[in-house]
Amino acid sequence: MTSTEAAVTIRIDDTDVALSAGSSILDGCRSVGVDTPTICYADNLTPVNACRVCVVELEGSRTLVPACSRPAEDGMVIRTDSERVRHSRRMVLEFLASSVDLGQADELTAWAEHYGADPGRYGADRAVVSEPVRVQDNLYIRDYDRCVLCYKCVEACGEDAQQSFAIAVSGRGFDARISTEFDVELPESACVYCGNCVAVCPTNALQFRTEFDLRAVGEWRPEDQTVTRTVCSYCGVGCNLELHVQDDHIVACTSPHDHDVTWGNLCIKGRFGWGYV
Amino acid sequence: MVDLHLTADVASPGERAAVDAAIGPDGAVVVHESERSIVAGRTRRQSRRHWLLPALHALQAEAGWISPGGLNHVADRLQIPPAEVFGVASFYGLFRTDDPGHTGSVTHVCVDPACEIAGASDLADELERAGSAVQRGPCLGQCERAPARFVQGRGEPDHVPADDAVPFRLPRPGQPHRRLTARLGVVDPTSLDSYREHGGYGALTTAIAMGPDAVIEAVTAAGLWGRGGAAFPTGVKWRAVAAQPGPDKHVVANADESEPGTFKDRLLMEHDPFALLESLTIAGLATGAERGWIYIRGEYPLATSRLRQAIDQARAVGWLGADVGASGRSFDVELRRGAGAYICGEETALFNSIEGFRGEPRNKPPYPTTSGLFGRPTVVNNPETLVNVLPIISAGPAAYRSLGTDDSPGTKLFCLSGSLRRPGLYEVPFGTTLRALLLAAGTEIDRLRAVLLGGAAGTFVGPESLDLPLTLEDARAAGATLGSGAVMPFDDRVDLAAVVTRIAEFFRHESCGQCVPCRVGTTRQHEVLLQLRPGRPLADDRRQLLDDMARVMLDASICGLGHTAAGAVRSALDLGIIGEST
Ligand SMILES: Cc1cc2nc3c(=O)[nH]c(=O)nc-3n(C[C@H](O)[C@H](O)[C@H](O)COP(=O)(O)O)c2cc1C
Ligand code: SF4
Ligand code: SF4
Ligand code: SF4
Ligand code: FES
Ligand code: FES
Repeated sequence: MTSTEAAVTIRIDDTDVALSAGSSILDGCRSVGVDTPTICYADNLTPVNACRVCVVELEGSRTLVPACSRPAEDGMVIRTDSERVRHSRRMVLEFLASSVDLGQADELTAWAEHYGADPGRYGADRAVVSEPVRVQDNLYIRDYDRCVLCYKCVEACGEDAQQSFAIAVSGRGFDARISTEFDVELPESACVYCGNCVAVCPTNALQFRTEFDLRAVGEWRPEDQTVTRTVCSYCGVGCNLELHVQDDHIVACTSPHDHDVTWGNLCIKGRFGWGYV
Repeated sequence: MVDLHLTADVASPGERAAVDAAIGPDGAVVVHESERSIVAGRTRRQSRRHWLLPALHALQAEAGWISPGGLNHVADRLQIPPAEVFGVASFYGLFRTDDPGHTGSVTHVCVDPACEIAGASDLADELERAGSAVQRGPCLGQCERAPARFVQGRGEPDHVPADDAVPFRLPRPGQPHRRLTARLGVVDPTSLDSYREHGGYGALTTAIAMGPDAVIEAVTAAGLWGRGGAAFPTGVKWRAVAAQPGPDKHVVANADESEPGTFKDRLLMEHDPFALLESLTIAGLATGAERGWIYIRGEYPLATSRLRQAIDQARAVGWLGADVGASGRSFDVELRRGAGAYICGEETALFNSIEGFRGEPRNKPPYPTTSGLFGRPTVVNNPETLVNVLPIISAGPAAYRSLGTDDSPGTKLFCLSGSLRRPGLYEVPFGTTLRALLLAAGTEIDRLRAVLLGGAAGTFVGPESLDLPLTLEDARAAGATLGSGAVMPFDDRVDLAAVVTRIAEFFRHESCGQCVPCRVGTTRQHEVLLQLRPGRPLADDRRQLLDDMARVMLDASICGLGHTAAGAVRSALDLGIIGEST
C-alpha cells in the first residue's frame, strides 16, 4: 500500500481501530487482540471466503460478513461476539464436525468446543464424507474424510504459489471434492510434489507419508519432536526449512510463513529431499 | 512457463471435430508460447477460456459424456489445466464425467411439484420400461404442460417433445393490460419482418433519438424494478454502469430461468425473441456497453434456436453490429447456454460460468456494476425486466404507470401451475389479488390449502392470504415474496409434506457447495424433513434444529441460494402445513 492512501478507522466491539487502507476487518480484529477463528484464510493465499467461520456482525448489513475478506471501510461498526456471530460460528463448526473427521484438526476442535458445537444433534444416518484414503506414492497421502473444502490446497497448487493446477474442486454441493482430472492418481497428474498443499491443509487431510505411517503404528509423537531451522542446500535460492525431528529421524519438513523467499512454499527437493540427510 | 500435463488419453475424431467446430476461429487460434503464462496466471480471465462451456456442450452431445480423451483435447485447445476442466465439467447437471454405458439420448423428467402432481413419476417409470435412459431432476421450466420432459440428444439435437405436441396456451388476446405478451402467438417469432410489422424496433429507434441519459431517466421515472427475484431498481443499475468510463462494459440477459414453477422467460423468448434482443440493445446503448450476452438455460432448445435466428437476422440488417440502427454506436450479442445448474442464475455465478469457471457465486462487494463479467462493469437483467423497457420507451413513463401501483407500476407476468385447471402464463396489472389470479387459472378455492409464491426460493401462504394484492409492497408487508412470479396452488389432494421435502431436496441438489452454511445446511435440512411422518408432529428438538440451521444459512451464506434455502420450509412450518403439533 502507498502512503497516499488514507487510513481508515473502524470500531470493533466498542474499540476504535485505525488501519491502513486496504486492510481487512480481520486485520483490525487481530490488531486489537480479538481472537478470530479462520479456516479458509491464510496470510499467503488469496481469500476465498468459503468457510464462513470468521463472520462478524457489521452494522447496517442484512447478513453477517466474512472478516477475512471484507475490506475495512471508514466508520464500520463491528461486533465479533454477539449472539448472532456466536450462533453462526457454532453452526459452521458443528456442520463440519458432523460431516468430516476433525480428529487431527486440533485448532478447529478447540474452536468447536469454544462455541459449543454439538455435532451429535444430527441423526446417525446423516450424510458424511466417505472416501478411501489415497496412498499413491511415498511422499504424501490424501484423506478426504478430513477435508473441509477450504480450497487452500487448490490455491497453493495453482494461482497463489505453485502454478501446477494439479488439483481443483470437482462435483457440486455436499458431493464436491478436491480432485485431479477424473481422480487420476497423483503420479499421473500434473503434480510436481512441491508439498505446498500439505503445508496449508488445516485438517491433516493432506499429510506426509512419514506422519501417516508413524500414526498407523501409534508412533507419531509431536510432543517429542524438535524443530531446526536451516537453509535448503539443493540450489541457490536460499529457502529456509524447518526440519521436524523425532527419535533422530526427520519426520516432516515445513517452511516458515514469514520468510520472504518462500512464504511457506517449497519445491520437491526441499520438501521431501530430507530422506538423504 | 506452464506446460499442461495431460494424460495419454486421446479424443476420437468425432470429439475433436465437435470441439473444434464449437470453439470457432477465435478460440482455435494457435497458442503462442508467450500466451501460456497468461493463461495460467491471474490474467487468464481475459483469455479464450470463455469457450469452455460451448466446448463441453459439444463433447457431451457428441459422445454422451466428457471422456478423458475429449477433456484432454479441450484442455489443450484452450490451454486450461485438465483438473480445472474436470472441475467445471463435473459441476453441471447436463454433463456426465462417467461413461453412460449406452449410446442413446437421455430423457430428463421433472419431478418438482407441478409435474409430480401431474404424474411425473409414473411417466418416468413408463419411459424406463419402454427402454429410455431416464434422469429424474428439477423443474424444466415447462410447468404449464406438466409432466415435463426434455430430451438431451445424442446423434439428434436436444428437444422438448411438448414443443411439437401441445399447442401454446396464451392469455386471452385483446386485453388492454397485455403489454409484455401482446405479440405472443400473434407475431411470427422466426421473422424480423413480422416483428417490424407488429411495432418491433420502434422503441430502439426512439431510444436512439432520445440519447442514453433520457432513456435511463425514463426507465427510472417508470419505477421499473427487476423481475429476477431481488426487485432492484433497474434505472439505478443502468445509471451506475453508464457512469463507468469506456465502452468495455457488458449487459447480460439472465435467461437461466430455473426457479421451480417459472416458465415466463421461456415463453417470451420462444414467441417474441426479437423483443428481448431489442431491449437488450437499448440497455447496451443506454449504458455505453458494447457487448451483450444472453445466458440461457440449457434445457430451452426452442428458445435458443429462435434467439440464434433472431440474432442472425438482426445482425444482417444492422440492428446489431458496428453501427446499430445508424446510431453510430457499436453493440453485438453473444448467446451462451447453461448446462443444468440453478445456481448459475445467480448473477456472479453466471459470470463465472460464462468465463469458463465453476458456477460458484462471488463474494459481494464488489458488485457487478463495478466489477462484473470479465471484471468489467456489467448490467444483469431478467428478460421480463428488459422487455418492460419497450413500452416504457414507446409510450413514456407516465403511460406506463397507468397500470399497477405507485411502488409496483405496470404489469407482472405470473406462471401458474399446480392444483388448477388452466395452468399457464398470465399477465396482470400489479395489485390484482391472489384470489382473482387463482380463479382465472381455475383453482378450486374451497379445496385450497396453500400457495407457493416465488418458487422454491419463495414462501408458502395460506388461504387467509387470498385477498393479498400482488405487489412488491403488499407481499413484503405480508412477509411473502413474489420472487420469480411463480404461483403454485396446492389443494387437499396434495401431500404437502412431500412438496416441502422436495423443495429441501432441490436446494441440497443445487447448492454449489462453496460455503459451509449452505453446503451442509441444505443437506441437513433435507435429512430432517425426510424424517417427517404424516400425522406426527415434529419433535421440539428437530424444530429447534431447523431453526438453528435456517439462521446460519440466512446469516452466513455467501449468496441468495443459501439465504433463501430455508424460507419456504420455515413458512410451511409457521403455517402449520407440515410438522403440525397435535
Ligand atoms: C440461486 C439464484 C438463482 C437465480 N436465478 C435467476 C434466474 O434464473 N433469472 C434471473 O433473472 N435472476 C435470477 N437470480 C437473480 C439474479 O442474481 C439477479 O438478481 C437478476 O438477474 C437481476 O436482474 P433483475 O434486476 O432484472 O431482476 C437468481 C438469484 C439466485 C440467488
Ligand atoms: S504437491 Fe504441489 S503440485 Fe502436487 S498437488 Fe500439492 S501443491 Fe500441487
Ligand atoms: S484437502 Fe485440506 S487444504 Fe485441501 S480443501 Fe481439504 S481441508 Fe482444505
Ligand atoms: S450459499 Fe450455497 S449456492 Fe451460494 S455460494 Fe454458498 S454454497 Fe454456493
Ligand atoms: S476464514 Fe473467512 S471465510 Fe473462511
Ligand atoms: S417443469 Fe415440472 S415443475 Fe416446472
